[in-house]
Amino acid sequence: MALEPGTRAPDFSLHTTPDQPLSLRDFRGRRLILAFYPADWSPVCTDQLAVYNELLPEFRRLGAELLGFSVDGVWCHLAFAKDRKLRFALLSDFEPKGEVARAYGVYRKGEGVSERALFVLDGEGIVRWSYVSPIGINPGAEGILEALEGMERIKR
Amino acid sequence: MSKLRPPLGPQDHVQGNPDAAIELIEYGDFECPYCGRAHRIVKVLQEALGGDLLFAWRNFPLAQVHPHALRAAAAAEAAGLQGRFWEMHDMLFEHQDALEDADLLAYAEALGLDMERFAADLDSDEVADRVRADFLSGARSGVNGTPTFFVNGERYDGSWELDAFLAYLRVLLPERPAAGPP
Repeated sequence: MALEPGTRAPDFSLHTTPDQPLSLRDFRGRRLILAFYPADWSPVCTDQLAVYNELLPEFRRLGAELLGFSVDGVWCHLAFAKDRKLRFALLSDFEPKGEVARAYGVYRKGEGVSERALFVLDGEGIVRWSYVSPIGINPGAEGILEALEGMERIKR
Repeated sequence: MSKLRPPLGPQDHVQGNPDAAIELIEYGDFECPYCGRAHRIVKVLQEALGGDLLFAWRNFPLAQVHPHALRAAAAAEAAGLQGRFWEMHDMLFEHQDALEDADLLAYAEALGLDMERFAADLDSDEVADRVRADFLSGARSGVNGTPTFFVNGERYDGSWELDAFLAYLRVLLPERPAAGPP
């Protein structure tokens, strides 16, 4: 089961490019949106990530950075991000395969890919909202925006 | 499920009968080929449903994927400020492969717009803000790609191919004595 609100998000360190790893620790003090998706290039993810790509300024206005996760390799991520002009990092949950997805409770063993799952973390690395979408359905961004805005209200 | 936020209001571009039983809202991108296809389907729906359909458009430009989408949306809004939104909307969809600035100006000219005003509005903050507001309202309403349709305020996740869409919409109509063949 996907990690529930209130859980401490497990740390990760994954490559986004052949020589650049990113860790949860790198984002301490900042809100994070983690978007797990099954695979680069599949039609649903493509639209989903395109919408998030356009919403980056809005996410940042709400104090959040976005990271994408799939089990695809770095070179695949690089080609995909270039083709779709993605302006956020895609992390490669490739070796050991799906380790981070497993830690977040969103790995699909049978297929060997992650669920289509979203997590919003606060600056302390605590899960504040999580959602697992039916795998063929694009969850859109409304849940993320509502979660971030809810956190905003609590803060003020 | 996902609901249209905000609901249709006086700020929206609408076509058809304001009291129609069916309100159909499209979030779309003028450079998106699927929206181009959907445009032709919507035209047939409008024809088929007549006074039973109110159609509205909101902008959802995926600007990173479609480099001309933002500018095209601005052109439609700028034409809208001269009361010619729908003519420009149709013009853009009929020429989806020619959306450079020079093309947009040529379409405005063909529509007989006040060109000085059009050029200024095309670059104005007012128009850019309007397009952005549409986009954000879409993101908040659960738009997850283009085109995304809302029927009577709820996101429509079914097929928008003509036969399926028309059959779905017809079910929403109040019962009436059967009409003869058109």
